[in-house]
Amino acid sequence: MNKLSLSRIVFIGYVVLVLVFLILPVLVVIPMSFSDSRFLSFPPPGYSVRWYDTFFSNLGWMSAAKTSLTVAIATTLIATPVGVAAAYAINCSTHWSMRYLKIVLLLPLIVPIIIVAAGVFFIYAFSGMLHTISGLVMADVMLALPYVVTAVTAGLHGFDQTQEMVARSLGMNRFRSFMAVTLPQIKPSVITGAIFAFIQALDETMVALFISGGQNQTLTVRMFTALRDEIDPTIAAISTLLTATSFALVIMMAMARKQASAR
Amino acid sequence: MKATAVNDRYAPISSIDPSSRHHRREHALMLLLMSPAVLVVFLLLIVPLTWLIGQSFYAEGVLSLEHYRRIFTEGIYWNTFALTFRISIIVTLLALLMGYPIAYAASILPQRWAMLVLALVILPFWTSVLVRAYAWLILLQRSGVINKTLLGTGVIDSPLSLVHNELGTIIATVHILLPFMVLPLYATMQKIPRDLLLAGASLGGSPLHVFLRVFLPLSLSGVLAGMTLVFVLCLGFYITPELMGGGRTVMASMLVSRNIQLYSDWGAASAVSVVLLICVLAIFYVVSRLISLEKILGVK
Repeated sequence: MNKLSLSRIVFIGYVVLVLVFLILPVLVVIPMSFSDSRFLSFPPPGYSVRWYDTFFSNLGWMSAAKTSLTVAIATTLIATPVGVAAAYAINCSTHWSMRYLKIVLLLPLIVPIIIVAAGVFFIYAFSGMLHTISGLVMADVMLALPYVVTAVTAGLHGFDQTQEMVARSLGMNRFRSFMAVTLPQIKPSVITGAIFAFIQALDETMVALFISGGQNQTLTVRMFTALRDEIDPTIAAISTLLTATSFALVIMMAMARKQASAR
Repeated sequence: MKATAVNDRYAPISSIDPSSRHHRREHALMLLLMSPAVLVVFLLLIVPLTWLIGQSFYAEGVLSLEHYRRIFTEGIYWNTFALTFRISIIVTLLALLMGYPIAYAASILPQRWAMLVLALVILPFWTSVLVRAYAWLILLQRSGVINKTLLGTGVIDSPLSLVHNELGTIIATVHILLPFMVLPLYATMQKIPRDLLLAGASLGGSPLHVFLRVFLPLSLSGVLAGMTLVFVLCLGFYITPELMGGGRTVMASMLVSRNIQLYSDWGAASAVSVVLLICVLAIFYVVSRLISLEKILGVK
């Protein structure tokens, strides 16, 4: 028995250590962002909000933040309905072609992101869409689709389709019966998909490194360039803001799911 | 499952209809609903991929295997691919060693603690890769937290170089990919019926014996899913090695990016892309014969 509890202590200790490894880097940027020193010494010698000031008063950073937010919102608004439609078709149809079309929609996750970036860069250079907001949105919609489709397909699996058929047999057309009967019941999975799309568009760096620039540089691309040149605590402030946004959205998502399972 | 049952029930009706018009109209509608999503992927991924594959067989205006010959004979390409595979193998094994106990703990702990463990895995998962690379730069630099702690406690006399090299790349990459190991593992472990473990114990198996003979074999499909995902993602990693590697740790993806952005050499970039893509697709194909693709990709 004694030996067992010793191995248990070792196991728990190991698990705690790995969890610290996971969470420490996420938390360490928060105190750094409130440092009053130029240097990245930890713990910071004193506390201030000067790096947040620097971020919010710098035109370059602000324009990058605006580009990123615009792109993330537009991506969510487009990828969500497009992804829901595709998930609905995947769920309803029993045709053999759906199996292959489903794999096509998973391709943006399967193909290494660097190859996706190179390909999108080529197409945009060819069609004059480099450095445009619409170009960024299109690329982010493609990258978000697998997440939206996966989330909504999972939601539709738990939904009894005969309900929609009842609504249709009572005279509603297909679209109205979907909006009135199906959508309210799969809402949590649609919200999850939309949040996936938003966070993925906000954090996307690789493709944006190739296709964003000029007036329309994204926040992540600007951060990447700054990180290569100098490590300035402004980045800690931006990191904290980005992390806070992601956390808030993940908590919203968890709440949407909890609400769904409570019903 | 439910949808199939419904469709089966309605199938005879449409098969009575001699023209099966209903069936065809239904299928056309479904294709229409699919089309915007498929179109985006087609235009932005399939078209350029086809072009890239074509480019890789062109050198100086004529069809040739020159780019591939260089990949397989020139040291710089060969070394880059060797390094990429070595880092991917190390990262996958480390992620398994760290991820398996975490997923196991989450699957056996009471609900409340399990939720806490999962939250600690999921929160970094949703933090930008850039933010995490930056955090590791802070932690691992010469005057960073880790070096200071080690110096302070007298474990070392001079600061270790933990960053701007292969070690820094591996540490940050393991951190970024660890959730991709834990989540499929946890999904699999959660489905293992507890009765089987109780049965094993009631038949006189020691806890270790029950774990090795019952739990471990049943969790292997999750191990395979997690390892595949981590390995494949690591093969194509770019941002972390670029920031953490200090320019010395050149991975395959960086070869693609440099050939395009520095030298505008699409032929070379394409050939490297094609080799990388074939590796990834081959791995997915082999693994998909054993477990479903959704099981590997349905994590996030």
